[in-house]
Amino acid sequence: MFKFLKRLRRDKPIETPEVIQEVLVAEPVVEVIPEPIAQETRVEAPKPEVQKVEKPKPVEKPAVAVQEVELPKRSLGDGVRSLFSSAIELDDLEDILIRADFGVDAALEISDELKRAANKAGASSDAELRLLLKDLLTKKLTRSDAALNLSDGKLPYVILVVGVNGAGKTTTIGKLSRWLRDGDWNVVLGAADTFRAAAVEQLATWASRADAKLVGPEKEGQDPASVAYQTVELALSTDADIAIIDTAGRLQNKKDLMDELGKIRRAVEKQASIAEVLLVIDSTMGQNALAQAKAFAEVADVTGIVMTKLDGTAKGGILYSLQEQLDLPVKLVGVGEGINDFAFFSPEEFAKGLVAYKQER
Amino acid sequence: MFGNLSDRLSDTFKNLRGKGRLSAADIDGTLRDIRRALLEADVSLEVVKEFTGKIRERALGDEVSKALNPAQQVVQIVNDELKAILGGEARKLSFSKNPPTVIMLAGLQGSGKTTLAGKLAKWLKEQNHTPLLVAADLQRPNAVTQLQVLGEKVGVPVFAPEAGNGVGNPVKVSKDAIAFAKKSQYSVVIVDTAGRLGVDEEMMQQARDIRNAVEPDEILFVVDSMLGQDAVNVAKAFHEGVGVSGVVLTKLDGDSRGGAALSVATITGAPILFSSTGEGLDAFEPFYPDRMASRILDMGDIVSLIEKAQQSFDEEESKRLAEKMAKDQFTLQDFLEQMQQIKKMGSMKGILGMLPGVGQMKKQLEEFDEKEITRTEAIIYSMTPLERTQPKVLNGARRMRIARGSGTSVTEVNQLIARFEQAAKMMKTVAKGGMPNIPGANPALMGGGGFSGGKKKIDQKKKGSKSGNPAKRAAENAGLDFGSEKSSGSGSAFGL
Repeated sequence: MFKFLKRLRRDKPIETPEVIQEVLVAEPVVEVIPEPIAQETRVEAPKPEVQKVEKPKPVEKPAVAVQEVELPKRSLGDGVRSLFSSAIELDDLEDILIRADFGVDAALEISDELKRAANKAGASSDAELRLLLKDLLTKKLTRSDAALNLSDGKLPYVILVVGVNGAGKTTTIGKLSRWLRDGDWNVVLGAADTFRAAAVEQLATWASRADAKLVGPEKEGQDPASVAYQTVELALSTDADIAIIDTAGRLQNKKDLMDELGKIRRAVEKQASIAEVLLVIDSTMGQNALAQAKAFAEVADVTGIVMTKLDGTAKGGILYSLQEQLDLPVKLVGVGEGINDFAFFSPEEFAKGLVAYKQER
Repeated sequence: MFGNLSDRLSDTFKNLRGKGRLSAADIDGTLRDIRRALLEADVSLEVVKEFTGKIRERALGDEVSKALNPAQQVVQIVNDELKAILGGEARKLSFSKNPPTVIMLAGLQGSGKTTLAGKLAKWLKEQNHTPLLVAADLQRPNAVTQLQVLGEKVGVPVFAPEAGNGVGNPVKVSKDAIAFAKKSQYSVVIVDTAGRLGVDEEMMQQARDIRNAVEPDEILFVVDSMLGQDAVNVAKAFHEGVGVSGVVLTKLDGDSRGGAALSVATITGAPILFSSTGEGLDAFEPFYPDRMASRILDMGDIVSLIEKAQQSFDEEESKRLAEKMAKDQFTLQDFLEQMQQIKKMGSMKGILGMLPGVGQMKKQLEEFDEKEITRTEAIIYSMTPLERTQPKVLNGARRMRIARGSGTSVTEVNQLIARFEQAAKMMKTVAKGGMPNIPGANPALMGGGGFSGGKKKIDQKKKGSKSGNPAKRAAENAGLDFGSEKSSGSGSAFGL
């Protein structure tokens, strides 16, 4: 969906308010544009940005270096497996979608819509149906808010990563920070999972692989909110671009643990605004993922979803319902244990993968 | 989020009430709901299909139970079958005759293997075994450290010659561990392996190599209870890849319905040995098939109601009551007996809560006063036998005496008698074939409770049927009516 992110970096730690305002004004324009092409254009020709900055106070220009940094490309690749081992049969579609974890309602809805679309277009061949289904899914899955919020200029961007146990939070953070480092961002990681044995060490390993700074608890079982606070503090004092905070895995029905997330949020917000709250969901999860997302959205104001482990046999159909029912955009996907095995969620690539002709692996 | 199966089934129940035998269409209707419930509980589609097929066959051939209505009966069959699959061959962990017993853990990433290794070690230690933990997950960053920390917490040594993080050969580590365990006389060796995907051929080969190197007595497949449809593929891959001798379900303390348990048990045919229910190292217990069956169906309450109804309802008794009702000989004594039968089934709140369609009335249920029944009992116990059989003799002086004897007030005694008269009248109507008109009673409840039409009841009586149904329903209604102290006619559910 988008392959570029821009970074707004200041040479001076303190900016004049006017300029900040201008940057803020410029930001929605960038955000709204959903197409990669549009964004590419912007990256190649950053004129409008510069002009705006110049308008009010041209004198300020040299003091503020607004950089746009291209981040390396990532794509789903062949991470998603096809739904179909043979030609599409409209009557079997519902079952096939259920098997892919779309859920009973969504499966029925999609297969009905495809039938209607096929009737309308007079499509009946396997190739035509695959194309129709791909278009239908792409259309349904495409959203304007699927991009990571890393361009509003309010440095440091703070990302809070939440999810149930074993979903892949720490691994996701490792991958994400490597990617940001590759784009020459300064990354600070916060190990606020002070509960699970060796979780801090696990993040530390990723931090050294990704060449990021790490803030960990000073003693075992320290309040995670205080670790989060210190993480932001370090990010501010070292003028880092981004702070990513890892939290302990928690099951959504554990009220006390869920409340703790609110506390972590408040601790962060004392010093900086939160750019993203990413909920990590394991693609192998079934319908319970909906309950997870709902509960986390309530307490932690989730802004986006990361689907992990899409490289397995699981199709991750639940992401469809997550977007439709809970109105939460899927932003990233994880497709392996390697440090580069992740991608931005692209509805088109995902849909393409699902309807592809089967290559048995 | 999802309508609960009990509520959905209550609609089906309504349509089925009063039928004496299950027709294919009845069964299909109920099965459709059950199919959906199973799918929403994440039971894999192919397992659902196979399962519902089996249920259908059994339901068609089954004899009609006397205490249950047809839909309840289907549910009963489903529950039995679920339990059979989940716990058909329940067994304990098998220990080798020549120690050490080797237990190998395998599963997907993030299913909870390392945490489980710690819990298992603790549990074994408490049973006077001398376990040794082996850190053979050299893949995930700091999995080795995690195991060492856990080992220290539970006081079990950890064999970890390699630091992990992608360095070292897990097959060699496992092999050395066994030699070490033999030498040092550990009785059980728990090998924690890296999480792997079933499609990752290289990693599956590694798992086989570990297996061949350690020759485990148990290969425990660790499964996240939140697993979705993919459970079938995963279970197949591990079963065919390394072989599975037992299953452990993790994260059961979450609110997932855990349909994966059914999928995995069906595919591997291996018994589920343990369930892991929390992050604490004690949150580990043997697996209970019946609890899991209820959880998957999300209708444990109905199932237990059905079971309770079957256990505690005395058929002879109900036949006698039905006859009395028809002859208009229903007395306070009978009223008391009915109430005691209901009491035998469990607390009133529990019973009411079990009925489908009652969900939305939870609040009223909470206000329901259990002591009401006790008070009513006290009042009736304070009456003489004559008064119980012929309430007409109850004059002011007698009522005053009863009130004093039971520690209640005359008003309460009056209210009870009024309610009894109403109930008796209602039963007479029912017995004669009419529909009772109970103020405040909830239609859904009556449907769910197995309410059957009056006409059928007479038929049954003529045939001398022992059906517990009508009387049971009457008893329930009476009970409900009983509880409604504050007043009949208010129009609220249960007259509360």
